[in-house]
Amino acid sequence: MAWDYAPAPESRDIVSIQREYGLFIDGQFQPAADGAKFATVNPATEEPLAVVADAGITDVDRAVRAARAALDRVWRRMPGRERAKYLYRIARILQERAREFAVLESLDNGKPIRESRDVDVPLAAAHFFYHAGWADKLEYAGFGQAPRPIGVAGQIIPWNFPLLMAAWKLAPALAAGNTCVLKPAATTPLSALLLAEVCRQADLPSGVVNVITGEGDTGAKLVTHPGIDKIAFTGSTEVGKEIRRAVAGTPKRLTLELGGKAANVVFADAPLDQAVEGIVNGIFFNQGHVCCAGSRLLVQESAADLVVDRLKRRIDTLRLGDPLDKNTDIGAINSAQQLDKIRTLSAAGEADGGVRWSPQCRLPERGYWFPPTVFTGVSQSHRIAREEIFGPVLSVLTFRTPEEAITKANNTPYGLSAGVWTEKGSRILWMAQRLRSGVVWANTYNRFDPASPFGGYRESGFGREGGRHGLEAYLDV
Amino acid sequence: MNIESRSHLVGDGPLNTLRTLSTLPSGIVAMPSSDAALRQVLHGLPGIDQVGAQARAAALATRSIKTDAKLWAIDTAIRMVDLTTLEGADTPGKVRALCAKARRPDPLDPGVPAVAAVCVYPDLVAVARAELDGSPVAVASVATAFPSGRAAPAVKLADVASAVDGGADEIDMVIDRGAFLSGRYRQVYEEVRAVRAACGSAHLKVILETGELATLDNVSRAAWLAMLAGADFIKTSTGKVSPAATPPVALVMLSAVADFAAQTGRRVGVKVAGGVRTAKDAIRYLVLVRETAGQQWLTPESFRIGASSVLNDLLMQRSKQRTGVYAGPDYFTVD
Repeated sequence: MAWDYAPAPESRDIVSIQREYGLFIDGQFQPAADGAKFATVNPATEEPLAVVADAGITDVDRAVRAARAALDRVWRRMPGRERAKYLYRIARILQERAREFAVLESLDNGKPIRESRDVDVPLAAAHFFYHAGWADKLEYAGFGQAPRPIGVAGQIIPWNFPLLMAAWKLAPALAAGNTCVLKPAATTPLSALLLAEVCRQADLPSGVVNVITGEGDTGAKLVTHPGIDKIAFTGSTEVGKEIRRAVAGTPKRLTLELGGKAANVVFADAPLDQAVEGIVNGIFFNQGHVCCAGSRLLVQESAADLVVDRLKRRIDTLRLGDPLDKNTDIGAINSAQQLDKIRTLSAAGEADGGVRWSPQCRLPERGYWFPPTVFTGVSQSHRIAREEIFGPVLSVLTFRTPEEAITKANNTPYGLSAGVWTEKGSRILWMAQRLRSGVVWANTYNRFDPASPFGGYRESGFGREGGRHGLEAYLDV
Repeated sequence: MNIESRSHLVGDGPLNTLRTLSTLPSGIVAMPSSDAALRQVLHGLPGIDQVGAQARAAALATRSIKTDAKLWAIDTAIRMVDLTTLEGADTPGKVRALCAKARRPDPLDPGVPAVAAVCVYPDLVAVARAELDGSPVAVASVATAFPSGRAAPAVKLADVASAVDGGADEIDMVIDRGAFLSGRYRQVYEEVRAVRAACGSAHLKVILETGELATLDNVSRAAWLAMLAGADFIKTSTGKVSPAATPPVALVMLSAVADFAAQTGRRVGVKVAGGVRTAKDAIRYLVLVRETAGQQWLTPESFRIGASSVLNDLLMQRSKQRTGVYAGPDYFTVD
């Protein structure tokens, strides 16, 4: 007598997907100058969803010129309270069309609808609301009496949170008076294009936001374009380094939000059930396609067996499958390329001597899928403890003392995020002072708020997004 | 094995203390002999992070239960209902009417299962017993100076005895929250044990009254205390105190019974009472049961819902699910 949940799919018809999408330049959708295009697929089924324009150098140039013209003509002169109105309007339209965005995001990215519906879309709206509030109060942000915008921002975003990353980039830039050329990731362009439509619906002046789709070389052209004043990039450390080299010696400002290999540190006196939830949320949220994912579990050795047993029991209850099913916890891997990388690193984990475990779960036959995976017996020298996997793969390491936890947690070139689980408040503070990472979550993980600055150091990048600190990246200070 | 006698082996961490518990031979309940020993066990339990527990309960509340899964859940929830009347104005007539409803919740549809039990005050147990003889519906009675539990121990035991003598199959006792909150754990423990003994063959449900315990750490400790003392069920609330059952409280209790079963081999049931008004509420609790304690708890032997008004909403949703249309409230009997 087992009770199984019946399928509960969200309706795909809520969103109408066009067969073809153009580039959004100067308030108009238009094909690429050379007519180039590429397809984007549903990673859960490998079915093509739409064909989008592939922007070349001419298109990049047009988009940058449109952004420059909009900057000089209207946006930088507009009083902050007027800019705020547009941001509020975009935020409200995002809320009104939330289901559309959620379904589109799940279709194009593969993430479960539960997450796109409850996390990505509400947070994206929250970022517009939050920054709308700043637009007429910039002189109180602590960056001087009349802080000015930087100018035209080139913004390149990743495929893991396509809409949310667009919101993180656009909202502060627009609030501060910049105009934008946004380049979404090649595998997930659709929600950014729908956001472009929302900008039009909100009567945002033409050219203030431009969206150009394309592969990595489109991004490279945007980075090197002389008309760009600022580059904001979220993505891999490898590409981040290339970008930094490319802008060296130019007056362009740069902020980078790159990879991570975060330690989620669980002490023996942690709130056990909630810590297990936090571990699951830390690594399996969004299939582990999260730069701040808690991919290294550091658990105090005296509690390791207990925690790992419970963790496995909990992982057994995770539901993997159709991203549009409202009861799905784990969706599809975003691309075949990413799936290969996860497989390669998992194989390396076994070769290095880690013990691999996954729950009994059937993977769909079509699409890109990887089961939630736990490696125990991992040590610092294993590849899976050092390299970012960007997938649902957890490496479990142990420590004996708080000092050892700090040493191991900091023993990585990255420094984006960390988690601490203990009922002892003083230890949380002690740890937070010593962990070298931009974000430290205490007794929680993967919590985001527009008022809270997010960003890393060392190979996880520099610059902050969100909060008062995030405004600095878009003000001429 | 006496927990206190082992305490010198126990480290400082709560996980270590728990591990000590887990080394007890299965089926044997430890017999702590002092407040200090009980305190060491209860305060050695892993802490509960309130924010995290609330977030988990809220996440599980978004599960979408459709079609066949919904029908199964509705029928199961009906079979788990302890149909309750606990008013000063209760009369034999009211109890008889409730018993009729309990045996056959929907007179138009014999396919609707009977509820688990009827729950009344001790002086009305005999009335319910007479009505329900020959039916699968059990007679449950609150006792031990329900709902406050403020009476002398002898009075509480006499209360239990009168319910058992009247023919109650199940006793819902309340713990002494005053004793619990002032750290007199031994008193609470002994009282539960004494009531357990007085119950004879009747099942014992121990009401924690979580609304008065306030913190989830306390809920977890009270749950363990009741289980160690021999409770067959742990129950959230009397229904007379607000807040009554809430999803985070149920989450903590379900996690406690699962751990207790893993460590002792004994499966203790959970009853949520008060505040469960709609079929949707009931189904959300079943989701909590399924994903926290596990499928084995999804039976009336291990999970109960104490309520009165929820039954008609379950019936209404059942008929909607089968016919595709809602029947008005007048198509379902008031009692």
